[in-house]
Amino acid sequence: MKQSDWEVVIGLEIHAQLTTASKIFSGASTAFGAEPNAQASAVDIALPGVLPVLNRGAVERAIRFGLATGAAIAPKSVFARKNYFYPDLPKGYQISQYELPVVAGGEVSIRVGDGDQAYDKSVRLTRAHLEEDAGKSLHEDFHGMSGIDLNRAGTPLLEIVSEPDMRSSAEAVAYAKTLHTLVRWIDICDGNMQEGSFRCDANVSVRRRGEAAFGTRREIKNLNSFRFLQQAIDYEVKWQIELLEDGGSVQQATVLFDPDSGETRMMRSKEDAHDYRYFPDPDLLPLAIDAAWVDRVRASMPELPSALALRLQQRHGLSAYDAVTLTSSRELARFYLDTVDAAGTALAKPCANWIMGEFSARLNKAEIDVVDAPLSPTQLAGLVARIADGTISNNIGKKVFDALWNGDGDSADAIIEAQGLKQVTDSGAIEALVDDVLAANQKSVDEFRAGKEKALNALVGQVMKASRGKANPTQVNELLRRKLTN
Amino acid sequence: MLNASLQELASALADRRISSVELTRSVLDRIAAANPRTNAFVHVDGDGALAAAAAADARIAAGEAGPLTGIPLAHKDVFCTEGMPTTCASKMLANFVSPYDAHVVAQLKKAGTVLVGKTNMDEFAMGSSNENSHFGAARNPWDTSRVPGGSSGGSAAAVADGLIPIATGTDTGGSVRQPASFCGVTGIKPTYGVVSRYGMIAYASSLDQGGVLGRSAADCAPVLSAMAGFDPRDSTSLERPAEDFGRDLGKSIEGLKIGLPREYFGEGMDADVRAAVEAALDTYRSLGAVTVDIELPNSRLAIPAYYVIAPAEASSNLSRFDGVRYGHRAAEYADLAEMYCRSRAQGFGSEVKRRILIGTYVLSHGYYDAYYLQAQKLRRLIADDFRRAFGQCDVIAGPTAPTTAYALGAKCDDPVQMYLGDIYTVAINLAGLPALSLPAGFGDGGLPVGLQLIGDYFAEARLLNAAHRFQQATDWHLARPAGE
Repeated sequence: MKQSDWEVVIGLEIHAQLTTASKIFSGASTAFGAEPNAQASAVDIALPGVLPVLNRGAVERAIRFGLATGAAIAPKSVFARKNYFYPDLPKGYQISQYELPVVAGGEVSIRVGDGDQAYDKSVRLTRAHLEEDAGKSLHEDFHGMSGIDLNRAGTPLLEIVSEPDMRSSAEAVAYAKTLHTLVRWIDICDGNMQEGSFRCDANVSVRRRGEAAFGTRREIKNLNSFRFLQQAIDYEVKWQIELLEDGGSVQQATVLFDPDSGETRMMRSKEDAHDYRYFPDPDLLPLAIDAAWVDRVRASMPELPSALALRLQQRHGLSAYDAVTLTSSRELARFYLDTVDAAGTALAKPCANWIMGEFSARLNKAEIDVVDAPLSPTQLAGLVARIADGTISNNIGKKVFDALWNGDGDSADAIIEAQGLKQVTDSGAIEALVDDVLAANQKSVDEFRAGKEKALNALVGQVMKASRGKANPTQVNELLRRKLTN
Repeated sequence: MLNASLQELASALADRRISSVELTRSVLDRIAAANPRTNAFVHVDGDGALAAAAAADARIAAGEAGPLTGIPLAHKDVFCTEGMPTTCASKMLANFVSPYDAHVVAQLKKAGTVLVGKTNMDEFAMGSSNENSHFGAARNPWDTSRVPGGSSGGSAAAVADGLIPIATGTDTGGSVRQPASFCGVTGIKPTYGVVSRYGMIAYASSLDQGGVLGRSAADCAPVLSAMAGFDPRDSTSLERPAEDFGRDLGKSIEGLKIGLPREYFGEGMDADVRAAVEAALDTYRSLGAVTVDIELPNSRLAIPAYYVIAPAEASSNLSRFDGVRYGHRAAEYADLAEMYCRSRAQGFGSEVKRRILIGTYVLSHGYYDAYYLQAQKLRRLIADDFRRAFGQCDVIAGPTAPTTAYALGAKCDDPVQMYLGDIYTVAINLAGLPALSLPAGFGDGGLPVGLQLIGDYFAEARLLNAAHRFQQATDWHLARPAGE
């Protein structure tokens, strides 16, 4: 079998939990982690006689998403009931949108891979619709029975459906990551995958290269990490190709991914599929969104990551990679922009390097978010400026960075001053050090003069050591060379 | 006192000729004595009622009384009442006690009424005879071998038999008007959206509307005014200013144009009903109203449209009764599917099951377009008929039901016959219009006949005016069943 004979076709359905304080059809809190059923109101547990009332904030977030992806915001959309029985679905139906979703169309640009292999691609969106989440069934600890927690019931979700535009698991992951960045960027979803705030279903099929029709797809449900998304698709693709090459045929099905075994397994076949009996929910009027509302939301939108990345390449002269990296979250981008604001656009590239290098490494090591960094953009800008104007070397810069991070000083200048780190550029002072070193290291001097270029480095090192790192290395180099070749 | 109008009761209370506690006690005594005859009440809360009456008396003494303060009242058992059983006359909810009050219940509490108990009904408001009740059929006080109508049969029977001066009902396809007609009382269903559905257990959400049954239009008006009003908890509640529906009661109806739909006076109506309705129209003409012939050409489509849309919504609305969180759960089951099947099979009666099955079928993949979507199209045609008709007349009049009250059991084995009894009422719900039924005389066997008045959207005050003028000129509404 040759995998290259086959083309993989993937479409994703992503459920993004919206950041409203209350649920989509009730006033109960959406906060995560409360005692079971402590956040289930009369509406959420579907007591007799209760009715849903749409949360305006959820609609507003859907509009934000539509605007961010260039989609059409439907002036009229309809909530429908999706009917099925399950103990964690209190009404016996989920309120969702079916025929007329709030957001239609749109597209997302993704960058797949990195380095020379990287390429850009556009993924089209089919639609995005509002719906309520179900509760949770807890199957442990109840002695043969199941527990039902309805805290999550009624939590607002935006289901974002893509066209089957992705051709590899790498593209699927790039798309999911881009959406993950976007929904956080526009403040509609916290993106917390562990808590289930961002969940992916992947529709996967394969076809022989050149074939026009899509193969039969299987849907992998509920993937809550990018790694699982990748593993699940890779396994599924391999499984489907093997099946087809053995003369079998793929049957439409819904499958689950088991992270422990790394395999997908059948949840239900097409024959077992529910007939959801969708129909417009008579308890909710059609959702009308007028142009004025869309305009108000548009006015409150931040610059989007794709636009900002482009601006950083054009105005700050950053590479595509740097620009995408720095716009991977709104907080990081904010930190970068504030740093450049303080340091000046001319220093954009060193600012970017410091943020993507030392700064990001420290954040990772400390396991904290950008906003919790003990170092401010102004402080980092001060440091970058001092390196740029030659006050300190890059190496001393790392020392100053440490001090700022640890709170050992208010500014780079103060630390440089207090610790006496200022680069020595007084040529008289340097010359004295050089003379001392030359006198004390005759062996190296002889070696250099015998043509051993490397011996110079040893001498430079000695001078730097004698200056406790403060001598300007370029100056030291020039001076040594001049004296040795005279 | 048991035959007094609400206005008379209110002035007796205000003048301290009677206290609310005394009035309530006499109501409780009357219920204790007479309820076994009609089975109109399924729950009576004597202690709660007397406590509420004492509170009302205090309000009256403090000079804080409104027109309804201290008036005893009953709710159809479809309205959620905090701390009192709310059963929908179903085994499914036989032990359910709501932790909250329906909007209607809260509004009427605020108005100072004294909640005495809950009235019998067809299970989940599905039926036209009040025979589909877990607590046994309610019976017609004019002839207890006959049905009181449904689904608000308990409320109609209770008011007719003098058990309670006023009671609430709900009307999805005629469930206030038809029992009002069968029991000789006045019942009004307002424009869809005027009364909040919050806490009113849903049968068919796009058709359900709370209403009121009383002895006269003048009694119904202040209660409807208190029940109505915008409620943000019901997305279909209309944002309109509060309204006094009794404001036009005294107005002349000289020149009122009454439209008579040809389709409501054709075959299918019993002769005694026709005679009473014709006589009532003569009375209206003698009061200065003029009648004009109109057409509602899509009338015959109303029953098929209704019996697709209502069961479709019901099949989904009743899914929450699954035995998981509250309500009946089967004692024994092997797994989840069996728990659902047994709990629902045991908890629901046969008419409810029939409508759930019909509703499930018409929403199923492959049938949705042929049934549900077609029915929605018919619904628009029916609403358009009324829109055109109200270009020619102020109100529309006709029989409320094609027959008077029939014998218990007469139509139980033939649901389609039962459904056809709704022929003059369901179209009004499909269009969302207000309508009322008022006593228009008696037919064979001394059984009441109801006249239906249908108004344009928000014409409740005009309907009550037209009914009140009729009741000023006739005394059909004052007649009482003999009792036994």
